[in-house]
Amino acid sequence: MSATVVEASVSTPIERANLFGIMAEFDNQEDLLTACRNARDAGYREMDAYTPVPIHGLTEALGWEDNSVQKVVLCGGLIGCLTGFSLMYYITMIAYPMNVGGKPHFSWPAYVPPTFETTVLFAALSAVFGMILLNGFPQPYHPVWNNPRFVLASTDRFFLCIEAADPLFDREATRRFLEAQPAREVVEVEK
Amino acid sequence: MATEHQSTAVVALEHPDPVIQPGHDNRTVTEQVADIVLVRKPPKQWFVLFGIAFCVMQLMIVSLGSLVIKGIGLWGINQPVGWGFDIINFVWWIGIGHAGTLISAILLLMRQEWRMSIARFAEAMTIFAVMCAGLYPVFHTGRPWLAYWLLPYPNTMAIWPQPRSPLVWDVFAVSTYATVSILFWYVGLIPDLATMRDRARNMVVKKLYAFLSLGWRGSARHWHRYETASLLLAGLSTPLVVSVHSVVSFDFAAGIIPGWHTTVFPPYFVAGAVFAGFAMVLTLAIPVRKWYGLEDFITVRHLENMGKVMLTTGLIVAYGYTMEAFFSWYSGNEYEGFVLHNRLTGPYAPIFYALILCNILAPQVLWKKEWRRSPAVLFIVSQFVSVGMWLERFVIIPMSLHRDFMPSSWGMYYPTVFDWGAFIGTLGFFTFMMFLFIRVLPMMAIFEIRTLIKNPARASMGGH
Repeated sequence: MSATVVEASVSTPIERANLFGIMAEFDNQEDLLTACRNARDAGYREMDAYTPVPIHGLTEALGWEDNSVQKVVLCGGLIGCLTGFSLMYYITMIAYPMNVGGKPHFSWPAYVPPTFETTVLFAALSAVFGMILLNGFPQPYHPVWNNPRFVLASTDRFFLCIEAADPLFDREATRRFLEAQPAREVVEVEK
Repeated sequence: MATEHQSTAVVALEHPDPVIQPGHDNRTVTEQVADIVLVRKPPKQWFVLFGIAFCVMQLMIVSLGSLVIKGIGLWGINQPVGWGFDIINFVWWIGIGHAGTLISAILLLMRQEWRMSIARFAEAMTIFAVMCAGLYPVFHTGRPWLAYWLLPYPNTMAIWPQPRSPLVWDVFAVSTYATVSILFWYVGLIPDLATMRDRARNMVVKKLYAFLSLGWRGSARHWHRYETASLLLAGLSTPLVVSVHSVVSFDFAAGIIPGWHTTVFPPYFVAGAVFAGFAMVLTLAIPVRKWYGLEDFITVRHLENMGKVMLTTGLIVAYGYTMEAFFSWYSGNEYEGFVLHNRLTGPYAPIFYALILCNILAPQVLWKKEWRRSPAVLFIVSQFVSVGMWLERFVIIPMSLHRDFMPSSWGMYYPTVFDWGAFIGTLGFFTFMMFLFIRVLPMMAIFEIRTLIKNPARASMGGH
């Protein structure tokens, strides 16, 4: 991006306030991946791609990394493991100690199956609710749907949206940048 | 990306049958699967079977309702056979559920692409089968409204479940399994619910799908977390499914009854569960694929693979029977020896021979490739296996209990009309739920099938 382009078209704060971003539509995932890489090389950061299928390497192309789900699941699993084991310990040692066949009250091998189950249960609940909450769901409204063609993102079209929140965002320059990609259509998306 | 495409092409070249028929793209796949729910009128078979299943389900309601009013004396169980149809059906249903988890979790970890078009269907089957299974122990308590006593919680009776007992492990295993199966199924549905939302024309239907899809928009970040969560769920479900049927088998193996007290039980129960489960997937998938014209997605290759899994697990089960017989001889224990003798010559011997026919002899026809690839043959073999696995539980449970150590305490077990009513009724309930599912939700994971056709040109090239 040359300095002259930026000077030529300055978006006013009001324009920025009403604009969520500029969205390009692609026919296939190869074109989308190319465009994402180019956008990242051009310095854009506040952007997201929308696809009907999970695409490996897409988040890397967008320059985004995240392993928070793994951390949440690890914590959930550990809490589940501790909960299960402590519950079994509490039942057999404190709440209801009972002599069964002369075995010690602390018969830890018998605790293993229930502890395993609570570990899996807590880890699975953390995986699902962690994913849902980290993704910001449930989310009844999002500006991307202001593009009437966006419904196709769940069938066979691929979208890239560079958001107005990006420091490099410029109404004209960003539009021209996206039009230079192998996009089928480039539209502005209101908030 | 390049390597991934290459590997897809290589896989496609190795198999003469594609996982999905050539000529499909993202749009045709979406339309074909989503339109079954949104546009197309259900085939007449759907109405007929849904109606029959609804009527048969009433049997379950009447049988279990009478049981609650009168008590479990309505069932045929008594001393010495305290576990009859209730536990047979519990183990049978939970086993059927295991195929769904196997397909969606274990085959996902092994990157078996053919699982994608049958996974959703099989997961739904898991949930409904676990629902049926859960009914039996709850009603076997005789006071289902007090079923929460099974859970450990502080109570005024100052009493706690005994965690040294496999029956308590069972409560943990089955409730975790039901919860995780429902979560896994729902998570798998989210992107497809968004597709349904975007394609629905009826505003009420659209709102419902929108509500359930949580606002999914296919964002790259969302997909990334979504895929991570799915993979972790698969990783968690894999040991879970093995643990569930192992714990179920401990209910028997930890007891001292001859015929139950065997170390071979956990692996052979798990194999038997997968065996019965695949038989049920085939029983449902073969007619549904024909009625809904889904031969492009559930290809002969899918059927053949399921046949192979059935043959393999059937052989493991056969090994289990052989080992049981061997143990009873090798142990030198006269009670164990008598179990085998009683199976072969006792009053229930015909059931044992029927079991050998259904579970060991019938699946052997699947060695022949043409038969393994024939939907009709697979369907018939599946019926044998479903019946056989039910008989296996009969052989293990009442046949071991009815003649144990002392001839003075021997007896016979005869199921009553209420036993049969509850059993046939749950078959109706299961079928009813499956057909309801097919009607209101996409029966195949649309987004996963889309990943099979990343590049239409390459896919069709590989398909030739």
